[in-house]
Amino acid sequence: MTAKTKPKALVIRAAGTNCNNETALAFELAGAAAEQVHVNELIHGRKEINDYHILAIPGGFSYGDDLGSGKVLANQLAIKLKQQLENFVLAGKLAIGICNGFQVIIKMGLLPALKGTFMQEATLANNDSGKFEDRWVWMKAENDSIFTRGIKRIYLPVNHGEGKFVASNEVIGQLRKQKLIKLRYADESGMDNAAYPYNPNGSQLNIAAITNREGNVFGMMPHPEKFVTKYAHPRWTRENLPDEGDGLRIFRNMVEYAESKLM
Amino acid sequence: MWIEIKTKETSKDVRKEGLQKAINEDLGLKAEVAETSDIYVIQGSYSTKEAETIARAMSDQVVQQFGINNQLYSKGAWVAIVRYKPQITDPVEQSTLKLVEDIGLAAESATIMQKYAIRNATEEQVKAICEGLLANENTQQYGYGFEHVNVSSFLKRETAAAAENGEPVAAVKIRKASDAELRKISQKNVLSLSLEEMKAIQTHFKKLRREPTDAELETIAQTWSEHCKHKTFNSEIGLELYDGGGKKTTETISNLFRETIVAATNEIAKRKEWKDNLISVFRDNAGIIKFDEENCIAFKVETHNHPSALDPYGGAGTGIGGVIRDVLGAGLGAKPIFSTDVFCFANPDYNEKLPKGVLHPKRTLKGVVSGVRDYGNRMGIPTINGSITFHNSYLAPLVYCGTAGIMPRWAIKKSPKPGDLIVVVGGKTGKDGLHGATFSSTELNEGLTTSVVQIGNAIEEKKMLDTILEARDRKLFNAITDCGAGGFSSAVGEMGRELGAEVELSQVPLKHSGMKPWEIWLSESQERMVVSVPEKNLQKLKEICEKEGAGIAVIGSFTATKKLVVKHNGKTAAELSMDFLHNGLPKQKRKAVYREKKAKTQQKQLQRRKLSGSNYDETLMKLLGMPSIASKELVIRQYDHEVQANTIIKPLTGAANDRPSDASVVMPVFGSRKGLAVANGINPRYGIISPYWMAAAAIDEALRNIVATGGSLGKTAILDNFCWANTDEPERLGTLVMAAKACKDFATAYGTPFISGKDSLHNEVVSDGKKIPILDTLLISAVAVIDDVDDIVTMDIKKEGSSIYAIGETKDEMGGSHYSELVGLGLESGNVPTIDAAKSKATFAAVEEAIKEKIVLACHDISEGGMAVALTEMCFAGGIGAEVELRNVPHTKPFYEKAQVEQSSTGSSRQQSTWGLSKNGGEIVLFSESQTRFIAEVEKGKEAMFEGTMKKHGCHYGMIGKTKGKHLVIRGSAGKIIDADIKELKEAWQKTLRY
Repeated sequence: MTAKTKPKALVIRAAGTNCNNETALAFELAGAAAEQVHVNELIHGRKEINDYHILAIPGGFSYGDDLGSGKVLANQLAIKLKQQLENFVLAGKLAIGICNGFQVIIKMGLLPALKGTFMQEATLANNDSGKFEDRWVWMKAENDSIFTRGIKRIYLPVNHGEGKFVASNEVIGQLRKQKLIKLRYADESGMDNAAYPYNPNGSQLNIAAITNREGNVFGMMPHPEKFVTKYAHPRWTRENLPDEGDGLRIFRNMVEYAESKLM
Repeated sequence: MWIEIKTKETSKDVRKEGLQKAINEDLGLKAEVAETSDIYVIQGSYSTKEAETIARAMSDQVVQQFGINNQLYSKGAWVAIVRYKPQITDPVEQSTLKLVEDIGLAAESATIMQKYAIRNATEEQVKAICEGLLANENTQQYGYGFEHVNVSSFLKRETAAAAENGEPVAAVKIRKASDAELRKISQKNVLSLSLEEMKAIQTHFKKLRREPTDAELETIAQTWSEHCKHKTFNSEIGLELYDGGGKKTTETISNLFRETIVAATNEIAKRKEWKDNLISVFRDNAGIIKFDEENCIAFKVETHNHPSALDPYGGAGTGIGGVIRDVLGAGLGAKPIFSTDVFCFANPDYNEKLPKGVLHPKRTLKGVVSGVRDYGNRMGIPTINGSITFHNSYLAPLVYCGTAGIMPRWAIKKSPKPGDLIVVVGGKTGKDGLHGATFSSTELNEGLTTSVVQIGNAIEEKKMLDTILEARDRKLFNAITDCGAGGFSSAVGEMGRELGAEVELSQVPLKHSGMKPWEIWLSESQERMVVSVPEKNLQKLKEICEKEGAGIAVIGSFTATKKLVVKHNGKTAAELSMDFLHNGLPKQKRKAVYREKKAKTQQKQLQRRKLSGSNYDETLMKLLGMPSIASKELVIRQYDHEVQANTIIKPLTGAANDRPSDASVVMPVFGSRKGLAVANGINPRYGIISPYWMAAAAIDEALRNIVATGGSLGKTAILDNFCWANTDEPERLGTLVMAAKACKDFATAYGTPFISGKDSLHNEVVSDGKKIPILDTLLISAVAVIDDVDDIVTMDIKKEGSSIYAIGETKDEMGGSHYSELVGLGLESGNVPTIDAAKSKATFAAVEEAIKEKIVLACHDISEGGMAVALTEMCFAGGIGAEVELRNVPHTKPFYEKAQVEQSSTGSSRQQSTWGLSKNGGEIVLFSESQTRFIAEVEKGKEAMFEGTMKKHGCHYGMIGKTKGKHLVIRGSAGKIIDADIKELKEAWQKTLRY
């Protein structure tokens, strides 16, 4: 009997990516075989995006976020790896962008991609507070998705200076109509119109995560990979918590989907 | 081509809002910010369509708009422009060029500027805004005009270097120089060498029958600098000690560092707790201890005070960058796992006249915090610990940056081999940062050279870090060290000191042309590491660098000649014997004087100290609001403390995640419950009365934080960081000696070894010829291995109905306390906290054991502000109140209700205080800052077990009350003396630094 082959997860890193290790670890814990690959290896053809089932762009400060968060990497990917990325997404494989990864995929137009890919339709702008902030936030899930299946409420850290979801009224209207909003910042009781600091950045409609219409590309500002064991929870010394952190559910969802649909 | 990018009118411009707030609040002006934008001047020729493609790629179409080749015009407003000075490398330039190149277009260079349109302001006010908020003249330049600004002068590239004439390598005539001339040579070249040292160099070159080159003289000066050689700590000191009665004794200390710090560690290293666990102390770039069977921990704390005074943002950023490289350069490289940052500033509401060239403390604070945030966060290293102390002596700010890293056990030793290539990995070398090591050995004076200030480039460092760690794991190099102070001269000189080295400077990648050989050799450009690479591994290392986008160059090789040979295009720029370079420094003899201060009694002043009212509620609130005690949440949240996902006790804890934890803890090896705790202790106020007890208290505080969190003294190592004013003054050196003696005494007593440290000894501001020295400041940073993180407790009250215990003895020790300062008693009077090491050790052991028994729900150390503040913090952190009786607090005799005269053993008599629990209120119990005290919340029903443990260790303890409700109620002998809503107490603590 041969061991079950695991779905392959590609964790793309670039200069300034810094959540790659924990993202790869979360995939491993969820049952995937994760590989961290530098974007230069993809561009030089040493590695192929298509060899993987799941693609993740993790958090960090790619190229220092010097021209706005994720800008330089978004530009690089959209120019140098456009075809591969398009093929990957069209094949129905899973792509997730977390924090800086979300900023990258939204700015290169992989999300929400209402009118086709590689056209920016929404953005993640400077936090209303004008500062980078690190805090834990509650989110309420809505509109079931591959990534958030089984989640009603989730508590995760945000660590960013540019996470305010902003789009035109038209785009926001479409996101609602097509049920592409998946996670919204909420208070402890689940009120999803709660103000700062519950909505840590001033996002429109408290939007924390969205998908594309096909549901296989997902972006979120909070960090699920930061909460895979109870010890990561800020109050594990005062609350009774299960050993596994809530964030791992999102990785399990991806791996289970890949196992059943992509292999 | 010019591209201007600004926020659309329909979107929120947070930079504009932030500037507006600062104009109104910090400068008190009514000027109005109309608009802000970024301007990118990109050198290259582009068609209209290409220009638009670039602009579109650079801007965010949802919230921004761009203009191409716009006039810098704003109707009815002042237009101000700011940019970094041409000689400073702006990291944004690199990213801009990358973006253009990714599009497939060529770009030569880019200049980035910020534009601000300001209305309702006079020209004078615009200038004040530029100088006070927008531009730091040490690193930036600005220009402004009404409706229009001429920026052509802004766009000059760096040409100054190329324009310099003269021989690339010049001889400096010292052989026949008189004493006065030698002094002048040292001063003119910022060598910071004493006459004696200059004479040693003179003698050496007389023997060689030639003059030294500029490169040689500079190399010696850097190697012999206070920064690199710690001359004060290694000198022979004749100490004159006068006791309280003026009686003199003398003592000769042959080497202060060896006889105090090192002596303590050597003694402790023999004990069973540390026999196998001290891996590398004082030798390497960082101290190294064992973590588990496979891994070791490297830990280092550095200071970056002088650069941070000139440019808080750049100085703090490069401070972090430097200490990260220390850890990356320890052994064969450790992977950074957390940072700790401790600052000392003058009060943020400072309103006296500032000395020329000194920035306002609030601006310094904001700049330093932003610098740490932007560099630390980009590096992906969580900043999990720190503190900020405010006192108006810190007009010369102190910026301590610390980093710990984890490394496999096989990587703890470095050994370069003859024949190894000398390879530089990382950024290019420029004219920036010359003379950092020697500059830090002088006080901050008006008109000092500012070429020492740099702006860090975190991404350059991140690429280098990723490269080095992969190369380490593939075992591609034999040794590594960082390029810090002294640049290549100290990195290569230090690494090759037992071997010899030959370097060809023309191989060094440069930022700009026209650099002289000595400048290349001495440049302290950031983000560079030097590695010793066997030739067969070079290709593999180059491949990693190419993948990561990190720079690499071979600049020479190690030899077996015991000589340091530096060439430029084949011509010798320096040839020095390693022996003279490292051992030629004449041993110094210094005089130190210390006069013990007579404790001034506070007795008379202590009466009716309450600020008003019949209780201490208002006093407590004011104390909570003192900047040194108040919440630093606004600062802490700007640091990423979650990255790497290992921070399990965060810098903010409690029911609402908003109260600092005593120590923070990371769990660096996934799947293992072993943790690493970090904490710090710093009490400069006590030093005004006694530097000895100040140092003892700093150690005690750092250890209290560790133990309160569940750590153990036997597994705690510490670092010392001395920041003093000018120790060339015998009285100042005297206080340093006393502090170092306390370090020895208490590290030895507690069994916590020093593993590394640092000193920075010229921290003072000179204003109109008058010196403003900082308080003598010792930072103790502690790092502790926690065997099982399940043993950890945090300081927040967990539930109602638990018992509250006070542990450790409260004494009449209000000297140097925050309470004394608050109520106007000054910091010079009263008894400073002293420590009976044996008693304290028992207290530590008792708390350690009780926590391991898992009957302690919360534990907090008592420090700034005393017991009242500690209790309050535990309550509002947990969202639960408490009712406490002061009479059960264990205390020393003077707390009897009546005055009494005690006869001491020496025959002198002194009157003891009469307050304690008398009807005047228990202010001493509430606010004394006696050391080695804790408050513990003990689970209901476990009191007997807890008391059993306390008794077993013979420590002082008392059950002082219960957790209950939402108020903190404290009763003295005359009834309630504090009764306050914990919400209000929290607000008092949070509001001070909320900006």
